[in-house]
Amino acid sequence: MAVTAPKLDARRLRADFPIFEQEINGKSLAYLDSAVTSQKPRQMLDAMTRFYETSYGNVHRGVYALSERATAAFEGSRQKVQALLNAPEAREVIFTRNATEGLNLVAYAWGFPNLGPGDVVLVTELEHHSNYVPWQYVARRTGATFAAIPLDDNGELELAALDGIERDGQVKVVATGLVSNALGTVNPVEKLAAWAHERGAILVVDAAQAAPHRTVDVQALGCDFLALSAHKMCGPSGVGAVWGRAELLETMEPFNLGGHMIRRVTFEETTWGELPHKFEAGTSPIAEAVGFGAAIDYLTAIGFEAIEQHEHELAEYALGRLGELPWVVTYGPSADRRAGIVSFNVEGVHPHDVAQVLDFEGVAIRAGHHCCQPLMRKLGVAATNRASFYVYTVREEIDRLVDGLHKVRKAFG
Amino acid sequence: MTTGEFDQLYRELILDHYKNPRNHGLLEAADAQAEGQNPLCGDEISVSVRLGEGDVIEDVGFEGRGCAISQAATSMLTDLVKGKTAEDVASMPKEALLDELGIPLTPVRLKCAILGLGVLKLALHKAKGTPLPREWGTSVRDLVLE
Repeated sequence: MAVTAPKLDARRLRADFPIFEQEINGKSLAYLDSAVTSQKPRQMLDAMTRFYETSYGNVHRGVYALSERATAAFEGSRQKVQALLNAPEAREVIFTRNATEGLNLVAYAWGFPNLGPGDVVLVTELEHHSNYVPWQYVARRTGATFAAIPLDDNGELELAALDGIERDGQVKVVATGLVSNALGTVNPVEKLAAWAHERGAILVVDAAQAAPHRTVDVQALGCDFLALSAHKMCGPSGVGAVWGRAELLETMEPFNLGGHMIRRVTFEETTWGELPHKFEAGTSPIAEAVGFGAAIDYLTAIGFEAIEQHEHELAEYALGRLGELPWVVTYGPSADRRAGIVSFNVEGVHPHDVAQVLDFEGVAIRAGHHCCQPLMRKLGVAATNRASFYVYTVREEIDRLVDGLHKVRKAFG
Repeated sequence: MTTGEFDQLYRELILDHYKNPRNHGLLEAADAQAEGQNPLCGDEISVSVRLGEGDVIEDVGFEGRGCAISQAATSMLTDLVKGKTAEDVASMPKEALLDELGIPLTPVRLKCAILGLGVLKLALHKAKGTPLPREWGTSVRDLVLE
């Protein structure tokens, strides 16, 4: 039997996050919107400040000590991302602005030369726009067919529909999130990877919503590309990464062009640099990458098993508390099949009004379509409310959400 | 939440228009019609207008779904514009409606409040060629506030 990970002490971790030291609207902050972006621990903020104060220079450029120090820190962060993802090689990790840019890199640099009429690009109805719109666009531009794996009533992918989709043509790409940002559904990526590879297709994973909360192992998933964002996992905004199999990345042309990504430039021709530099044109988000590395250290020290368990307990607790309210409808799978995300609606009250009244209470939730308009259409709603949890989330915050919902009901009911 | 905060934003008149929208439902024989969205929060509004002599708005109806602010503001707007000409509405500043609403709005909620007015201006532009707000440019076919 596996050794149970030590439980996470959210109250103790919360003290690492300076944002909670203030009041919002005269109340302590109940931050239930970590799926959109996470708050930042002092350890990560200090690492970035220290880097700027002692080691800042451009990377891979100067011969002087600062540049070497900066390069070592930057490349050290790449190795941390490599370890986080259990990637075979560090050169397969490309720093980007965020997961969206990583997915665009794959859609453009792999998609354009490899797709054409008769090919199928397959996404899912659960997809965030970041792993939906680039593929829809590239499919349209190349003449490939764009298709989506439908959802069942529990908010899970209907894999039985795959056979029908295959009749539309040669499936070349399957693009899926590992965890849905809107419903919290954990998708069967390993199964999709096997299915895709049997057909000679590649599997592209959006792990933006998974990497902050659970172990993500690109070798165990069997995927070909995987993208993530630092800002959702205690890191700074402005940096993310995409991992890709070296043999695929090596066959691809660059996505951005300019400084640093070249081998030799003449008037007649430019040849490209080696991985990962080929895909990192211009000055990278250097200090942000260092912050990303510090965030990975912070989360690794807590332990991803403990994080996943903590969020699972919170999701279960929130679903239970919301289940006490007959005028609240929740969306998505049962607690054991989802991450720390709960989407819901209050009967007869628009999510924007719900979120507004909750804000008066110092409770921050997301209200909107969560960049998942196709999913909202499927659910038959314009928008939902979403509460999402992280390492610093405590049960009292969920209690305050429920208390706030009673006030919403009273005001609009 | 203090009663003050809530009452400031959702004052009684707003909640009344939200719960009992005036001029609700699209007109059967409309001279002008348009729809618009606020994708950020998923507000949707359709407006239809019947025009009389001199392009005076004789009747106006709307349908939509969205937050209380967007729906109440459109309901109040329909009362406000009856009897005005298409030109009057085209040149109507958003402040005219916001004064009517009489509530403090954050930039995000401001878009909810003025969606209906934008859709109405677009409907009149399509039917009568009245000018659109300059900041929209000239190629507006569907109103999408982002």
